[in-house]
Amino acid sequence: MQNMGIDVLFKGRNFLRLLGGLWVAVRISLISVAISIVLGILMGMLMTLKNRPVQILCRIYLEIVRIMPQMVLLFIVYFGTTRVFGWNLSAEYAAIIVFSFWGTAEMGDLVRGSLISIPKIQYESARALGMKEGTLFRHVILPQTVRRLIPLSINLITRMIKTTSLVMMIGMVEVLKVAQQIIEANRKSSPNAAFGVFFVVFLLYFLICWPVSRAAVYLEKRWAE
Amino acid sequence: MDNALLRIEHIEKAYDEHGVIHDLNLVVEKGEVIVIIGPSGCGKSTLLRCINALEDIQGGQILLDGVPVKRDARNISAMRQKIGMVFQSYDLFPHKTVLDNITLAPIKVQKRTRKDAEEEAVALLDRVGLADRRDDYPRQLSGGQKQRVAIVRALSMHPEILLLDEITAALDPEMVREVLDVVLTLARSGITMLIVTHEMSFAQAIADRVIFLENGQIVEESRDPAKFFTEPETPRAKEFLRTFRYER
Repeated sequence: MQNMGIDVLFKGRNFLRLLGGLWVAVRISLISVAISIVLGILMGMLMTLKNRPVQILCRIYLEIVRIMPQMVLLFIVYFGTTRVFGWNLSAEYAAIIVFSFWGTAEMGDLVRGSLISIPKIQYESARALGMKEGTLFRHVILPQTVRRLIPLSINLITRMIKTTSLVMMIGMVEVLKVAQQIIEANRKSSPNAAFGVFFVVFLLYFLICWPVSRAAVYLEKRWAE
Repeated sequence: MDNALLRIEHIEKAYDEHGVIHDLNLVVEKGEVIVIIGPSGCGKSTLLRCINALEDIQGGQILLDGVPVKRDARNISAMRQKIGMVFQSYDLFPHKTVLDNITLAPIKVQKRTRKDAEEEAVALLDRVGLADRRDDYPRQLSGGQKQRVAIVRALSMHPEILLLDEITAALDPEMVREVLDVVLTLARSGITMLIVTHEMSFAQAIADRVIFLENGQIVEESRDPAKFFTEPETPRAKEFLRTFRYER
């Protein structure tokens, strides 16, 4: 154990600090995922409209998000816009804005894909039963869309959780940053801590992401058609 | 003709520039069972879809009880409740059980109580021999069972007329009979039906009136199915019916 340097985690409040950092990462991803799901559903509905300008705008938005590295987006929002517009944006808000901006685009595309995969006959048989568009959407189309969407969006959610490690670049103290601090502080006494501590960080990410992806597998099986 | 339930007057239907139905007229009386046959692409499915305004028409009008059925009319939901429809396949809601498939519209559209809707659904399921499948999901049913559930779902809205659009066309041959038996029972119970089918012997057995459609027009119409299916008057109907017999 001595060699791997895991012992530094049990010095003082180090492990608690690490968990605190993990919570920062999880909090940012939870909030961003929630926002992305709501806005993504709206965006996906917009994308299925047969309106050329709307489709083109959505397309451009999606391409921007896909091409642009998340870190550049973070820098633009946190360092760039705060200068230009002179507002006071905390790093956490900046992170949530960027992650939601990213998540909404990707989620929108997943929602679009799920929506168009629902056969036309589902709309028609609901209409033939006298359902109005609201009832039809709420009770027939949306539940089926969500069932198709969840396994797809899990991939996005785990990617988001992992990508929160970037927010330390705009000064947030999340799990990776805490790990770095712990390692730095114990460089003399425990030079191997870089291995042990980062390994524990890896395990923590795993513990968060693994249940999420298992849940997706479970739901996929349960809802198999 | 005072008994008329549905009047189709001079309707025109075209997809883009391509005409599908031309100046078609038809009066359906209460309790009548009309079978529509014709080669594929003749407009028979389109006709059914126009009747409950899943397709809009470019000319003429469709009246149910004297009230126009129009796709963008405000009362379209109310009108469609009076017009039941069963499709070729895949029209059950896959995320709902058999019982929920049937009761969804009665509860959400007609605002009936769950208890009332479920009691009726179970009674109807019993009539088609599926009372024990009420908690199954559509994926657990055979094609024939799914279609029987779809029929029950349409009936649960108490429609005045039932449109059946090739409901056995996607079924394995051994499933066809169980579905047609249900339809025959319904016909005998006096429900008004418009049936599009390729099952000629079934058509002959069930029809009060047979309509032979080609190129969007009624080519031949007969109130004597037995006669129509043995010796049709028009050469086109004769030719069409011959394709269903295999002779060396």
